[in-house]
Amino acid sequence: MSLNTKDIDKLCELARLAILPDEIADVSAKLSDIVALVDQLQSADTDGVPPMAHPLDRSQRLRADVVTEADERELFQENAPLVERGLYLVPKVID
Amino acid sequence: MQFEAVIGLEIHTQLATESKIFSGAATRYGAEPNSQACLVDLGYPGVLPVLNREAVLMAIRFGLATHCRIAERSVFARKNYFYPDLPKGYQISQYELPIVHGGYIDVICDDEIKRIGITRAHLEEDAGKSLHEDFQGMSGIDLNRAGTPLLEIVSEPDMRSAAEAGAYMRTIHTLVRYLGISDGNMQEGSYRCDANVSIRPRGATELGTRTELKNLNSFRFVEKAIEIEIDRQIDIVEGGGKVVQETRLYDADRGETRSMRGKEEAEDYRYFPDPDLLPVSIDSALVEELRAALPELPADKRERFMSEYGLSAYDADILTASRPLADYYEDCVGHTQATAKLAANWVIGDLTAALNRAGLEIGESRIGASELGTLLDRIESGAISGKIAKEVFEAVWSGEGGVDEIIERRGLKQISDSASLEALVDEVIAANPAQVQQYRDGKTQVLGFFVGQVMKASQGRANPRQVNEILRAKLGG
Repeated sequence: MSLNTKDIDKLCELARLAILPDEIADVSAKLSDIVALVDQLQSADTDGVPPMAHPLDRSQRLRADVVTEADERELFQENAPLVERGLYLVPKVID
Repeated sequence: MQFEAVIGLEIHTQLATESKIFSGAATRYGAEPNSQACLVDLGYPGVLPVLNREAVLMAIRFGLATHCRIAERSVFARKNYFYPDLPKGYQISQYELPIVHGGYIDVICDDEIKRIGITRAHLEEDAGKSLHEDFQGMSGIDLNRAGTPLLEIVSEPDMRSAAEAGAYMRTIHTLVRYLGISDGNMQEGSYRCDANVSIRPRGATELGTRTELKNLNSFRFVEKAIEIEIDRQIDIVEGGGKVVQETRLYDADRGETRSMRGKEEAEDYRYFPDPDLLPVSIDSALVEELRAALPELPADKRERFMSEYGLSAYDADILTASRPLADYYEDCVGHTQATAKLAANWVIGDLTAALNRAGLEIGESRIGASELGTLLDRIESGAISGKIAKEVFEAVWSGEGGVDEIIERRGLKQISDSASLEALVDEVIAANPAQVQQYRDGKTQVLGFFVGQVMKASQGRANPRQVNEILRAKLGG
C-alpha cells in the first residue's frame, strides 16, 4: 500500500508536524516503504503465536504505594518559559 | 413509532492510592498547583514509569466484586494525543488486554432487578488540568492530577432508560466506596462518566448510531443529559433525518447537548503497547487471597438487613448506601433491646437530619451508636416518650451529657405511676366542665382535647397510653 497526500496530511495533523509541500513526495515514498515492510511482516503465518507485548520475556515489577517524591516545583519551573501562580502557562487551547 | 434507548456507560473512578499510578508523587486533592507533579508526571525525557501495586490490587478487587475475570496477563498501552495537560503526548492506558473483563452487576431500578454487563475495567493515568481563565489569553496548566490512577469501567450497552443508567451509576458508586478503592467524590472529579446513547425502533435487534456524552459528573446530570439526548435523537429520526456519530457535551445551564466539533477528526489514538512497561502477571493465589478478604458487598448487606432485621427494602437501601452508615446501624442495634425497626427509624430520621444540618459524616456523629442504643432502650421501656426522646437526642447532640444523665437532670422521666396520672386527670376534668358535658353527651372526640391538656400539664412526660385509659374511665363515669 502506498500513501497519498491525504494520508500524509492526516499523519502530520496527528503528529503535529508541518511538512513543506515539496517534501511531501519524498516523505510519502519513505513512509510507503515502511508500510510495505509491515505488509511483508503481516504475510507471515502467526496462527497459534500469542501476540508479543514486550521483547523482554518478563513481568512488570510493582512498587509499594508510598509517596517518595517531594515538592520540587521551584526547580522544575525554572525550565518553563512562563509560569503564573504555580501554573505552567501555554498558548490557549480549548476544544 | 415506538423507540427504545440503548445506553452504555464508561465510568472513570479515581483510585484511593497515596501515590500516583506510575510515580511516587502524592495524590492528595487540593494541593498547591504543580506541587505534586514529579519528573515522571511532567514527562521529562529519560524517566520511566513504575506501576503502583495498590492500584493493581484495587482493580482486582473491583473485578472480583463484579464477577469479572481477572487477566493473568495484562498489558499497558499508549493512547496518543496532543493536549497541554498531557505532557508526554500520550496517556498510559490499557487497550487489548485490560486487567479485568467480562462480568456483571445487578442493579435495582423501579423495584426490578436488572443485570448490567461489565465489558471491562482497565487501569490508566489521569491527565492534568487546564485552566482557561485569567491568564491574558494563555491557559494555565496544573499537573497535580497527571498520573493519578483511574479505573475505567466500561459497561455493555444494557441500559434502556436514563433511570437505569442512573441506577447503574449509583450502584457502582456505592460498590467502589464499599471496596475502599475510591472515595467517589464527584465534586472533586473522583467519579465521572461518559454515556453512549443510541435509539432504535422497539423490538429491533440492530443498534442505532450512537453519540457519546462527555463528562457527566453528577447522577442528576447523567439522567438529565441522557433523557435530553434520547429526545433529540427521536426528533431527528421522526423528522426523517439521521443521527450522526459524534461526541456531545451536556450543558446543564441550557438543558441541551451540543456537538463537540473537531473532536472526531482527531480521534485516532494509535494505541500500541507501551515499551516502558512489561506485561503485568497476576497469579491465582493473589486473586484468591483478595477474594477471601472482600468485605460484605452492598447487595448482600441489603438482603441481610431485610431478612435479619425485618427492614423494608426502602430502609435497607438507605442504611446500606454506605459502609460506615451500615456499620453504625448494626452497632446501634447491637446495643439496644429496642426493635431493629425503631433503630432504623432513628438512624434514617433524626440522626441523618442532625448530621445533614451540621454537615457531618456518619463517622463524625456527635452521638455514638451505643448511646443512641441507650436512648432507644429508654423509649422501649416506656421511661420516656418518643417526643421527649427527641429532646434528649438534641441535648446529647449538643454535648450536654449522656442519655440517662440528661433524662435525670432535666426530670424527663415519663410519669407512668397511676396515682400521679390520676391526679393530673382529675385537675384537667375539674377545670373543663363544659367539655366534660360534651363528652358525656356523646361527643367522644373531645377525648383528644383532654389528652392534650393532660400532656401539657405534665410537660409532655405523661404516658399517653395510660392517660387515655384513665380519662376514658373517669369521663365515662
